[in-house]
Amino acid sequence: MSERDIDPADTAPGDEAAEGEAFAGGIASYAVGLGLAALLTAAAFAIVNLPLVWRPAIPMALVVLAIAQMGVHLVFFLHVSSGPDNTNNALALAFGTLVVLLLIGGSVWILGHLDHAMMR
Amino acid sequence: MTAHAQDPYRIGRGGGADSTTGRGEGGPASKRTTVGYGFWIYLLSDIILFSGFFAAYAVLARQTAGGPSSHDLFGQERVAIETAALLLSSFTCGLAGVAAEKRKLVPALAWLLATGVLGAVFLGLELIEFAEMIGMGAGPQRSAFLSAFFGLVGLHGLHIAVGLLWLGTMMAQLWVKGFRPQVLRRLMCFTLFWHALDIVWVGIFTMVYLMGVAP
Repeated sequence: MSERDIDPADTAPGDEAAEGEAFAGGIASYAVGLGLAALLTAAAFAIVNLPLVWRPAIPMALVVLAIAQMGVHLVFFLHVSSGPDNTNNALALAFGTLVVLLLIGGSVWILGHLDHAMMR
Repeated sequence: MTAHAQDPYRIGRGGGADSTTGRGEGGPASKRTTVGYGFWIYLLSDIILFSGFFAAYAVLARQTAGGPSSHDLFGQERVAIETAALLLSSFTCGLAGVAAEKRKLVPALAWLLATGVLGAVFLGLELIEFAEMIGMGAGPQRSAFLSAFFGLVGLHGLHIAVGLLWLGTMMAQLWVKGFRPQVLRRLMCFTLFWHALDIVWVGIFTMVYLMGVAP
């Protein structure tokens, strides 16, 4: 606990909040994260294999489960929070997410239309 | 109050009435924070690199050129084992970080070793899958779909392989140098890297494997 306690106003990504009062911290955090992630993974495999969801909706359900699991990983494994000590990390993450969405969404959108226009 | 103390653009933070980051007193951030933040920026740029491969795969997934499609190639059992191994390794990696924070050498090394074994299981299964696919004529040259598949999943596997090398050096550094601040900073960066790879894998097993075999 050497360098950690110096800096209550800003934490490194992956570190738990400096005061230790964080919502997600310590071994318990990793255990909760593992449980939630395992649950979401099992749900994704179940949706594909069991007749639980209307067939055309399966891809969207999988996307929702994947985004939820990424959120679980970010909060419980990487300790990203909305706290004041985490502003910089969360802002960088938000910008990264924006670029990722533009890249993937834009590619799929544009090339999907191109594919359609080629009359295949 | 002097003009100096009132200057809102002075570097530093904390203390005084205004505790907003970058304002007030307190000096620059600790090295652990700046190193972690720099590595966080790298990880985000790495994820943007992956998003390019994801976009290519999403666009090309159906361009099989008459060759085998995802329904023909992918089974779920191996992917389930790979996913479980990587998720568990992310968990053990977090426990190694907690043990290192508490300066417990043997548990930290043991959890790191478990992380490495699980990562090696994942990588081995992936290499077996690649070898089987190439052996049955479904290599990266076969179709645009397979090029995108090997590019995306191979890039992730390459990251895992580099991560395993890094993990080995971290174990050696902990063993030889002990809990020095710079070793702990590297270990923090490694755990961030490993967790980020698991996040990328969530995208891969969802988009490539589960959507590939979904009815």
